[in-house]
Amino acid sequence: MDPVLLARLQFAATTIYHFFFVPLTLGLSILVALMETLYVRTDKPVYKQMTKFWGKLFLINFAIGVVTGIVLEFQFGMNWSEYSRFVGDIFGAPLAIEALLAFFLESTFLGLWIFGWDRLSKRVHMATMWMVALGANVSALWILIANSWMQEPVGYALENGRAVMTDFFALLFNPHVLVQVPHVLMSGLTTAAFFVLGISAYHLVRGTDKPDVFRLSFQIGAIVGLLATIWVILSGHSQAQHMVQAQPMKMAAAEALWETEDPAGMSLFTVGDEDELRDVWAIRVPRLLSLLAYNQLDGEVQGMTDLQEQYETQYGPGDYVPPVAISYWSFRIMVGLGMAMLLLAGYSLFLMLGEQLENPPRMLRYFPFFIFLPYLANTTGWILTEVGRMPWVVYGLIRVEDAVSPNVSAGMVLTTLIAFTLLYGALMAADVYLLQKFARKGVTEDVLPAGEEGPIPSLVGD
Amino acid sequence: MDLNILWFILITVLYTGFFILEGFDFGVGILLPFIARNDQERRVVINTIGPHWDGNEVWLITAGGATFAAFPHWYATFFSGFYLPLFLLLVALIIRGVAFEFRSKEDDPRWRAVWDWSIFVGSLVPALLFGVAFANLARGVPIDAEMQYVGGFWNLLNPYALLIGVLAVVGFTLHGATFLNLKTDGVILERSRRVARRLWPVVVVVLLVSFIATYMATDAVAQLGVNPGVIPIGAGLSILAVGYFVRRRMDGWAFALSMLTIGLTVVTIFLILYPRVMVSSLDPAYSLTIYNASSSDYTLRVMSIVAAIFVPIVLIYQGWSYWVFRQRITADSHLEY
Repeated sequence: MDPVLLARLQFAATTIYHFFFVPLTLGLSILVALMETLYVRTDKPVYKQMTKFWGKLFLINFAIGVVTGIVLEFQFGMNWSEYSRFVGDIFGAPLAIEALLAFFLESTFLGLWIFGWDRLSKRVHMATMWMVALGANVSALWILIANSWMQEPVGYALENGRAVMTDFFALLFNPHVLVQVPHVLMSGLTTAAFFVLGISAYHLVRGTDKPDVFRLSFQIGAIVGLLATIWVILSGHSQAQHMVQAQPMKMAAAEALWETEDPAGMSLFTVGDEDELRDVWAIRVPRLLSLLAYNQLDGEVQGMTDLQEQYETQYGPGDYVPPVAISYWSFRIMVGLGMAMLLLAGYSLFLMLGEQLENPPRMLRYFPFFIFLPYLANTTGWILTEVGRMPWVVYGLIRVEDAVSPNVSAGMVLTTLIAFTLLYGALMAADVYLLQKFARKGVTEDVLPAGEEGPIPSLVGD
Repeated sequence: MDLNILWFILITVLYTGFFILEGFDFGVGILLPFIARNDQERRVVINTIGPHWDGNEVWLITAGGATFAAFPHWYATFFSGFYLPLFLLLVALIIRGVAFEFRSKEDDPRWRAVWDWSIFVGSLVPALLFGVAFANLARGVPIDAEMQYVGGFWNLLNPYALLIGVLAVVGFTLHGATFLNLKTDGVILERSRRVARRLWPVVVVVLLVSFIATYMATDAVAQLGVNPGVIPIGAGLSILAVGYFVRRRMDGWAFALSMLTIGLTVVTIFLILYPRVMVSSLDPAYSLTIYNASSSDYTLRVMSIVAAIFVPIVLIYQGWSYWVFRQRITADSHLEY
């Protein structure tokens, strides 16, 4: 088999798997810190129970995000050594900074949070969770700075066939960072909000001896969920508008736009022919793509055929069209799910404001299934971002076939690909099993003592 | 002093920090099946490192990131060349990290046994592999003129590298025992004291043999001279002091001297390497050095500023976390979180 394809599959597998767990870490760390803050400020035991319950689920999820993150860091060197040589000057810096600024913060303070219930004052203990949330989200910031440079290289010069950094601040304030970071951080919060909504709904429907915990959790989930979803959609929109400028080929593939159009129509459903770069059958809404791209009814959006010609003159012969079907459908699934989540978050808020949580409506039964919506949206979003950049690893600078390790054989990559996939599959099964077990269990007695060595009644008096 | 030297020193510091910190939690993981005989004892032993292992592992991630940022060719050659050992390392670290979180989430003894063995294997294998990897860095591996590693997997498993692998395993195990001496009580403390006393002579012998073998297998004579200087000798003296303090039950001193032994040993390896970062066994001219493998001066300058600000901050809060969890953990402690 082709070692490039295998290395790409391995990168896809490990990254998708890693980012399957990370968004919940990003968002839930903030929600748990918020719950503990409510506990510290009000001194009501219900908030402590919430903190403990969601904190436990947070920890089960967190472990896998951490261990798969190490694989990612190593993988650049293991499978993509020529990429690492080419970009190390630039790409290594945010990675190292991420570890120094964020991973230390996250891991050290999480240790303090888990084991510190009896050893730290309430306020300091709460602060440790905020540090975890800060660490998690700052780490996302730095890895996105690194990824943004692959999408839109800035602040560099080419010297002796390598990219070298000329302006660190250009990296930080890369326009791509400014549109990507809010989108990713808010999708983390959305993921956490739907997680909280789904599990709370489960308990509200089934009945629980701690209805307050889940009613309040549902309320937090509804408020945060709606705000975060709106923000995700708005920032996604600005990201797409930026993509029209910065990576027109990715946008054309995501829209199955073969020819340049002005005004450009948007495809609602396309069956296309990727070899011939044309529609087999399509439903298009006139002018809609121009409207989305420029906030006005006309404006040129470039199509794949013209961009292909343009890139051939610019970069030499080659195929510059990314896999269209994958880009097109992942974009549509992501956007469709985003809209669905907006409706669901709005509906949750409506239920909460209408005080309908006391007698939960039938619809609430389905909320646990909606937990998966943001996961699917997160994954398809990244598939579009990464696949749509093909054939480039760094847009316009280095192609994927020039980036792999020359001394690593296809057999080695295949072996490790199979092993990682099996290992990840087993861990994911164990993780989902534990998550659903503790999610169903609800607020149990072993959660109640909450760090106090003494018996439970100490809490009742609070 | 130029920035390339500064970054060589900084990466030495990061690996040294990693080995003296993660070294003891690897050791505790290796000792788990021997020192803890029932579920509650295993819980106590694991809780001694519970708050710390993840923060300790970040030293490795930071060392990896710093290598990528400061010496991209070192990162690229090392990681692509040592492909299969690093793959095994990753598998071990994955099952280990997950095991700490998952083991207590289910009461079934078979479930717990799986994760307890994962902790053991996930601690033993990395210790061995790190010894093997660092020995090969210093001994030299086939690197061609294009900076590519051209040896295979078996080339890495030479007798010298395996010896240093064994040194890492026994050294970290002793280190873990001195940590348990400091943090536990009762029957577990008795057992870990016994392990430390019995293991200490083994470590002394392996360290001595490794020292001699290093002179034979590497170009240590050219790098360090016949009199290797104060650092390797300091490593030897401090391991002797570890034995003294273990017998006198001066646990704090024993642990501190064990840290010193590991630290000085790691520094010795980097001294043999300097100014190279990977030695080529094909032609000395093909070796990767802190100059031909490095990033541009601008990147090194940016990274130096970042490191100067944040390394002290990290040291302060990580030190604080050790202070918070300074007490011994006993069977009466609150164990489940």
